Amino acid sequence: MTEPLLRVRDLKTYFVTEHGSGTARAVDGVSFEVYPGETLGLVGESGCGKTVTSLSILRLIPEPPGHIRPGSFIEFEGRNLLTLAPRELRAIRGNRIAMIFQEPMTSLNPVFTVGDQIAEAAIVHQGLSRRRARERAVEMLKLVGIPDPAERVDHYPHQMSGGMRQRVMIAMALVCHPKLLIADEPTTALDVTIQAQILELLDRLQRDLGMAVMLITHDLGVVAGTADRVVVMYAGEVVEQAATGELFARPLHPYTEGLMASVPRIDTRVSQVRGRLHSIPGQVPAATAWPAGCRFHPRCPYAWDRCRQEAPPPLDAGAGEPGAHTVRCWLVTEPARRSAPA
Amino acid sequence: MTAPLVDVRGLVKHFPGERAFFGLGAAKPAVRAVDGVSFAIREGTTLGLVGESGSGKSTVARTLLRLIEPTAGAVLFDGADVLRLGRTELRALRRKMQIVFQDPYGSLNPRMTVRATLREPIVIHKLAVGDAIAKRVRTLLDEVGLDAQYADAYPHELSGGQRQRVGIARALSVEPRFIVCDEPVSALDVSVQAQVLNLLAELQRRHRLTYLFIAHDLAVVKHIADEVAVMYLGKIVERGPAEALYRAPRHPYTASLLSAVPVPDPAAPSRRIVLQGDVPSPANPPPGCPFHPRCPHPKKNERCRTEPPALVEVAAGQIAACHFAKEPMNTRE
Repeated sequence: MTEPLLRVRDLKTYFVTEHGSGTARAVDGVSFEVYPGETLGLVGESGCGKTVTSLSILRLIPEPPGHIRPGSFIEFEGRNLLTLAPRELRAIRGNRIAMIFQEPMTSLNPVFTVGDQIAEAAIVHQGLSRRRARERAVEMLKLVGIPDPAERVDHYPHQMSGGMRQRVMIAMALVCHPKLLIADEPTTALDVTIQAQILELLDRLQRDLGMAVMLITHDLGVVAGTADRVVVMYAGEVVEQAATGELFARPLHPYTEGLMASVPRIDTRVSQVRGRLHSIPGQVPAATAWPAGCRFHPRCPYAWDRCRQEAPPPLDAGAGEPGAHTVRCWLVTEPARRSAPA
Repeated sequence: MTAPLVDVRGLVKHFPGERAFFGLGAAKPAVRAVDGVSFAIREGTTLGLVGESGSGKSTVARTLLRLIEPTAGAVLFDGADVLRLGRTELRALRRKMQIVFQDPYGSLNPRMTVRATLREPIVIHKLAVGDAIAKRVRTLLDEVGLDAQYADAYPHELSGGQRQRVGIARALSVEPRFIVCDEPVSALDVSVQAQVLNLLAELQRRHRLTYLFIAHDLAVVKHIADEVAVMYLGKIVERGPAEALYRAPRHPYTASLLSAVPVPDPAAPSRRIVLQGDVPSPANPPPGCPFHPRCPHPKKNERCRTEPPALVEVAAGQIAACHFAKEPMNTRE
């Protein structure tokens, strides 16, 4: 089996809240791997810790109020990112690991041309001359499908549409040919026809450049169409992870199951979907007060005494190799309870 | 057949073009945000209005409630022309027509408790006095599934889903017949989105409400709409019964939109039509068919570039503005 490119072990990122009223355990013992060349989907709703996880990987968590707890471990290409000196880390950020964000307007600098912003990483990391870096920026704009790249290179972000800006963000991220691209909700702010363009572009670039992509999203539809493997997060923990086909065919965690059932679907007949949509009762608890036992138990239709008292560890769901499909749910040990919700 | 509750005819809203620096030089062309939109909604049913950003769907909502004044057109509500009413009459009518906004945080006053927010319209429209007001507030909270303990909470103490429930309760407080829902679930998480959609459907059944449901998410609209209208650059390009429109879209834009919605099933065959380019500026729409520069239709020709297609009936109750709409386009079943 190939070695993972990125290995996250027991990552805990906590935030001290303003009033000193407690500690928000935003990411609380998260473990997963990203293999070279694959797309890993990281799925969850707001407040589940998916963005904090991705920011922790690049150590972009503001400290204070945040801090990554001792015992956490993030290994990339054989080195623990959490113990690197700032200089060593800078050589990785934007170079070996790049990131794109949800909001392409606020993540671009409005007072520099897009060409300058793309060229910057090439100058810093690859020591290119200004002239050469500018040529590189034009090549990158062409690669991400921007028409008239030689002219567009001198434009400012406000002169571009949302879809174009996201293309510029991608060009910036890929200018140093990173091994890992972290894409945090890259299409959420875009219209559906533009989303289709960007997803297609990411897919093509990933194949051409042979990089791994960690795609963070709340949209199960986007994950189904792009990811090789999926990690589902809830309340700061990974609750289920499996290959995409396996997860969608056999969602085992009641949260994954509920999430899939509550997505309005376009591929069913109107007569079938009119009326009640499945919904998960209640809401995501606050990160300062996760429920005891299994964190999903207050919203779970199957919960019994054990779930209220004892937090389940990631359990092997027994399909394929060990670790191929893991679920943080006691139902794995007592599958009969699934057919009879409490 | 009975007359529709809401009847919009030839609605137009043009925003004047920006002036150059300090008002010097010629004005830019007017933005034709809404350009001749017509539809009707029968009482107790839902019209879904879909389109991408800039298509003019929110402007339609705001003009038909006269939150902004339209340039031309007519809006008949229960037979009365909303656009010709004076201030007093309009105010009385507002009771019957309400709106729920997308951003439940931005549309609630942060300095008012839930109770105060719900009391205000009841007091203004004199729907109850004395103790009856408190009772009415309790009933409203109950209707939208909010625990009575939240009556004294401020918006910042509530989650997104709870805030949207307050927004819905506020709209319901004046016992309206018609509610414009402007992207009411777009800002919510999937599991909460389902709760709010179910609530809206339940309230509709219970009170025989009529909805104009605006959304960019076609899958969401499919769950709530009886009829669907698709907007592009200020115009309706296709309209029809939801079932027919989703099964057999006739306008290539509708077909592309439907095919671009990601399906949460990795085994689903990918028949995505990826449109090229961006939506053009409504200040400077392309000549001929406004969709022609991005149109993927195999038969696209010179006529599309010069002659704007009219909305024509292509199937029972289904109209589309495309020169080739008579033949169905192949998409996902």
